[in-house]
Amino acid sequence: MIHIKELHKSYITGTNSLHVLKGIDLSIASGEFVSIMGSSGSGKSTLLNILGILDNYDKGNYRLDGNLIAKMSEKKAAAFRNQLIGFVFQSFNLISFKNALENVALPLYYQKVSRRKRNLIAMEYLDKMGLAEWAHHMPNELSGGQKQRVAIARALISKPKVILADEPTGALDTQTSYEVMDILKEVNGQGITILIVTHEHDIAAMTNRIIRLRDGVIAEDIRNGEVKKMKEMAFAAAN
Amino acid sequence: MFDRDRWQEIFDTLKKNKMRTFFTALGVFWGIFMLIALLGSGEGLRKGVSSGMGDMATNSMFMWTQRTTMPFKGFPRGRFYNFNNGDTKAMIDNITGIEYIAPRIQGYSQEGNNNVVRGERTGAFTIQGDYPAYNLIDPMNINQGRFINDNDIEQTRKVAVIGKRVQEEMFKPEENPIGEYLRINGVYFQIVGVVSSRKNDNEAIRDNQSIYLPFTTVQKTYNYGDIVGWYSITAKKGFSVSDIETQAKALMRKRHSIDPADTRAVGSFNVENQFQKMTRLFAGIAGLIWIVGIGTLLAGVIGISNIMLVVIKERTKEIGIQRAIGASPGTIISQIITESVFLTTFAGYFGLVAGVGAIELVNNIIKKMGDSAGMFKDPSVSFHVAVSALIILIIAGVIAGIIPARKAVKIKPIEALRYE
Ligand SMILES: Nc1ncnc2c1ncn2[C@@H]1O[C@H](COP(=O)(O)OP(=O)(O)O)[C@@H](O)[C@H]1O
Ligand SMILES: [Mg+2]
Repeated sequence: MIHIKELHKSYITGTNSLHVLKGIDLSIASGEFVSIMGSSGSGKSTLLNILGILDNYDKGNYRLDGNLIAKMSEKKAAAFRNQLIGFVFQSFNLISFKNALENVALPLYYQKVSRRKRNLIAMEYLDKMGLAEWAHHMPNELSGGQKQRVAIARALISKPKVILADEPTGALDTQTSYEVMDILKEVNGQGITILIVTHEHDIAAMTNRIIRLRDGVIAEDIRNGEVKKMKEMAFAAAN
Repeated sequence: MFDRDRWQEIFDTLKKNKMRTFFTALGVFWGIFMLIALLGSGEGLRKGVSSGMGDMATNSMFMWTQRTTMPFKGFPRGRFYNFNNGDTKAMIDNITGIEYIAPRIQGYSQEGNNNVVRGERTGAFTIQGDYPAYNLIDPMNINQGRFINDNDIEQTRKVAVIGKRVQEEMFKPEENPIGEYLRINGVYFQIVGVVSSRKNDNEAIRDNQSIYLPFTTVQKTYNYGDIVGWYSITAKKGFSVSDIETQAKALMRKRHSIDPADTRAVGSFNVENQFQKMTRLFAGIAGLIWIVGIGTLLAGVIGISNIMLVVIKERTKEIGIQRAIGASPGTIISQIITESVFLTTFAGYFGLVAGVGAIELVNNIIKKMGDSAGMFKDPSVSFHVAVSALIILIIAGVIAGIIPARKAVKIKPIEALRYE
């Protein structure tokens, strides 16, 4: 699904150049549930933004679902984002003057789906998130967990192949975080590839693969069984 | 364009920011209101002034005698002289390009005395001696009968054409004045026609209070000899009445032994000149109105563009979210432009309606005041102007939207998302 080779990215501010990603090699298969970890400033968000075609990279090679993602028109990028990718953000990023239903339906508006039809579909997705009753509430009337579930519904409505989530539980309490993770797991169970950025070990432990960034390169790439072992270690550490 | 969702989007964003929407719209509303009100007033002024001139031929001039201001050939300055029938002939013979020449003379009347009598009724009216040509140069409406004709002139007939006011004062409403007699300065004249002025104000009152007699009859009956009071002259097509004016005045100076340099001895008035001045004046006023109006409108449009820029800044994050979930730059640009066009057109339309309404109101007031409105008549804005104004608004709306829209899509999606 995702294939990255020798990916480099620098930020240039004024005369300073900050080399953030220094040659990332990464392959993620369809249906994986992956978390990216690393200390603050290690380039996790940078990597995720590049994967989401929200930002461009300097060097290397990125293929998404067989498509080479290189310099392309913003129109084409928008189409890729709309069809292949669903985003979930730490700060939810709901549009404040649209209610939950309208927020969820918005990606379908850009696909020119009729109003009636997309509202119907949006309602379905909200229902799956247990938010049917909240469909006509504005974002500021919802709790953090509810907002994030609306955001997940919005990410799912366009039937993406990949969900990219940048610290989706970062603004939530533990209880709500686990609820959100349960939902993501369920989504992953339907075959959608999920990448989350997190710095919380317990959250990372709920995924099937952990990638650790350090100094702009992948320092660790731990899978499946090993994750379970880590989970136990984390549990032991917590006690 | 007529996609309901697009409009829903626009109403949502406009509704969400009522104050901002209102003040933005106010700028354009005011701009177009001013433009329409100004154009309407300009038109009213033009109509008012040109109706004051009636249908007077624009290629006409008037010439009369004044006192000389220079001594010449042994004559002292301050001498008074008269035009005469010989002058008429001399002008016809010597000046090319004359279309009509109408010598005129004012009949004798003692100031303040009632000079016209019919049975019990009496009145004081202006008596004019005229040629048929006069009604071609400065035409009046013939309500009944006819104007002076060539036979009247040749046979020095005692016939009269009376103005509307004269009829009203000397006859009962049910009486037919044609064929009746009036005693004018002691002489009986038979009425052959009734006329009314096409002008308004003082000139109309004067026209309607006059009695028109054959020129030759006046000369003979009231002992004027061959004296001519003054001339109305028009130029043939292709000839300048100003040239004819110059030639005629020179000829008169020569014939009456006046110093060629004595420009004030022969008085004249040239409608062509006057008309040109007026035309230039109105062109100037119209130009000024457009400049001021467009300027005001432009200020409104720049206001909209500015506000849209602020809106874009405020909405950077929102635009970032939209783009993250798949809105193409085209969608965003067209959304912003539609919003801007909608706002300008909507506000402009109300400005247009209010402007036309204000003009109609003024129009009604003027109609109620009747003739006293004078210089101002029937202010209006043509459909053509209204439609052009609307088209200008729509174009302005597009332009006002383009700059902010381009700015909006120039921001990279990731930067827009990071924006707080
Ligand atoms: N737009 C930017 N311009 C300049 N530097 C940036 C920008 N975004 C991030 N950085 C820098 O790049 C580094 C990596 O940032 P980021 O990918 O956000 O890290 P993380 O998400 O792992 O905390 C940080 O040092 C950050 O300051
Ligand atoms: Mg980050």
